Amino acid sequence: MLVLMIYVTIFVLAYVIYQAVAGRSSKKVGFNARKTVTFGDESAVTANRAASVISVVSIFLIWGAFTGSNLTPIHVPGPFVGKTSFTYTATNAENQTDDGTVHINVAKVGNDSKKPTLPESGQSGFAKDDALKVGAWRSALIRVQNNDDGGKIKGYRVTAINGQAIAPNQMVEVADGVVSMTSKGSLSFAPSKGWQMEPIWLPAPEAIVTRLFEISRDGYQNVALSENIGWSLFRVVVGFLLGSLVGIPLGYAMGLNDWFRGWFDPIVEFMRPIPPLALIPLVIIWFGIWEQGKISLLFLAALWIMTISARAGVSGVNISKVHAAYSLGASKLQILLHVIIPNSLPEIFTGARVAMGVCWGTVVAAELVAAEKGAGKMIIAASKFQQTDIVIMGIILIGIIGFGIDILMRMAESVLVPWKGKG
Amino acid sequence: MADEKQSSLLIDNISMTFNLPDGSSVEALKDVSLGLATGELLSVLGPSGCGKTTLLNIIAGFLAPTGGQIILNDHQVQGPAPERGMVFQRGALFEWMSVRKNVGFGPAMKGVPEKQIRTRVDELLEIVGLHDFGDKAVYELSGGMQQRVALARCLANDPDVILMDEPLGALDALTREKMQGLVLKLWKETGKTIILITHSVEEALLLGERLLVMAPRPGRIHKEYHLPFAEMGVDADLREVKKHGDYGSKREEILSMIWEMEEEIMGRKE
Repeated sequence: MLVLMIYVTIFVLAYVIYQAVAGRSSKKVGFNARKTVTFGDESAVTANRAASVISVVSIFLIWGAFTGSNLTPIHVPGPFVGKTSFTYTATNAENQTDDGTVHINVAKVGNDSKKPTLPESGQSGFAKDDALKVGAWRSALIRVQNNDDGGKIKGYRVTAINGQAIAPNQMVEVADGVVSMTSKGSLSFAPSKGWQMEPIWLPAPEAIVTRLFEISRDGYQNVALSENIGWSLFRVVVGFLLGSLVGIPLGYAMGLNDWFRGWFDPIVEFMRPIPPLALIPLVIIWFGIWEQGKISLLFLAALWIMTISARAGVSGVNISKVHAAYSLGASKLQILLHVIIPNSLPEIFTGARVAMGVCWGTVVAAELVAAEKGAGKMIIAASKFQQTDIVIMGIILIGIIGFGIDILMRMAESVLVPWKGKG
Repeated sequence: MADEKQSSLLIDNISMTFNLPDGSSVEALKDVSLGLATGELLSVLGPSGCGKTTLLNIIAGFLAPTGGQIILNDHQVQGPAPERGMVFQRGALFEWMSVRKNVGFGPAMKGVPEKQIRTRVDELLEIVGLHDFGDKAVYELSGGMQQRVALARCLANDPDVILMDEPLGALDALTREKMQGLVLKLWKETGKTIILITHSVEEALLLGERLLVMAPRPGRIHKEYHLPFAEMGVDADLREVKKHGDYGSKREEILSMIWEMEEEIMGRKE
């Protein structure tokens, strides 16, 4: 909630500042500059590059600020780390009271820390001082009675913390944390957590970069990063190619022949809306969890999309083109090769882009369920060991690769079907 | 008609009735008969729904008539064939081919050797004024140039009859005028039989050696004219032709004829 408020504030502030600083000086260029109606004219709305840059930077700033990153100058208050203490007041069986002090050393989990040494002065009276070590973001129980004189006698109890009365199931705020009392009368100290995220929820950006280098050098669980990603890509490509190999001719047949169309229409129309992920259980039952299963799943994911796009490509041919080709003396086969297939290529490429995206999403999900190697397998394995940095790194890599696939498909499209949308 | 026996193209008693899914039927054409001699230029005019495009599609062989037959050079038309070339309004070029490939499509389908195709295509591109554009993609050309490609592509097959379905309908007025001149030039130079369907009375007058006005419901030939303007336009500026006294009066006559038909259709609908 806090993060969201900060984000909205940055959004508004950046806009106001940008308008004040650059809004008047920056001149719009081109035809749009002279348009008086821009609200509602979609073509007059272009992405403000400054906004894009600020958007990305602010995401990293917030991320860094809330994870105590070294990359960002500003941080929200982190968890308390260091030495602190609180005083407890104990009442013994004879209703006498005495004060003792708990000395605490708070350190980040994983850092070797020792219990603080107790000063000599704390040994007077029947309530003796105690030493405690706690990890940041954690809490620790302490039975202060244990080392007190008469502490084991019935009726001995802690009645106040720092002068404030406490009873079982109550808590008292002290400097740098909270002391609470369990129903059995033990004390529990939780150092203040601050506003930063624990690395187990969200690691700092640099931790992820470090992890990326580490994993790409050493691999994860004896599997190289390139191998993990390579396997995922291999499955996608094989599944997609098989799906296209069957789907495109099927789509053509459906576009060209009424028997084929009638036969496969119900099948295609029924299978198309089923998300491929819903097929995972059945595919596992039929083909098992190894390559055969995953590739069958991706084949099914690509098949219907490619069938429908090929069919649409055939239906989309302008009848004038077919008539013209017949009038020019082309045979049916020549019309298929020289008119129908080239005419359907733009549609097929659009379908291929969608299919590749769906396949990439499906392969990751399938690997989450079961796999030996793969991008999805890497992140699910890391999540089981609470290695959040690897999980996030994996997610970012999956995003980048998915984006890269789409860019490649678009480039292939502009090279192979330059006439797209120009008919 | 007297000249039917010498005609190269005979439209013999063509009828076309479409059965609609709701059980009713539409008579798109009823008993249309016409003979065309080789080298005649016929323009067909009529209000929408008079069946002129249906007639053209029947001649081209894309539709089988419910009655009658089309005879070209003593044989009956059974389907599309390269002897009857077709020029469409737009969208019939193959965008995935260069201008050269488009023009050479017909010969290439017949298996004519590459070299012969090349010389033929170069000739045709010269004739239609596109000699510098052979290697361009068709989508890089303007609408008028695309129609020039369509004309050249049709001529590359050396058809006996050229069927034009509003070939200039999508062009702006200026380009249209230039293209009208080109059509006349091609007609005179190649001596082809041309049937041209149009919506424009002016175009029908300028490009029709014979002009057919068709009437709707059922589609039929309403009136036929023999006109001098096409012959005049071959060598003269088309704008000069339009100043001819006869041209103006014919235009008014045909316009009011078509207006009457349109009004009749509207009246029937109400």
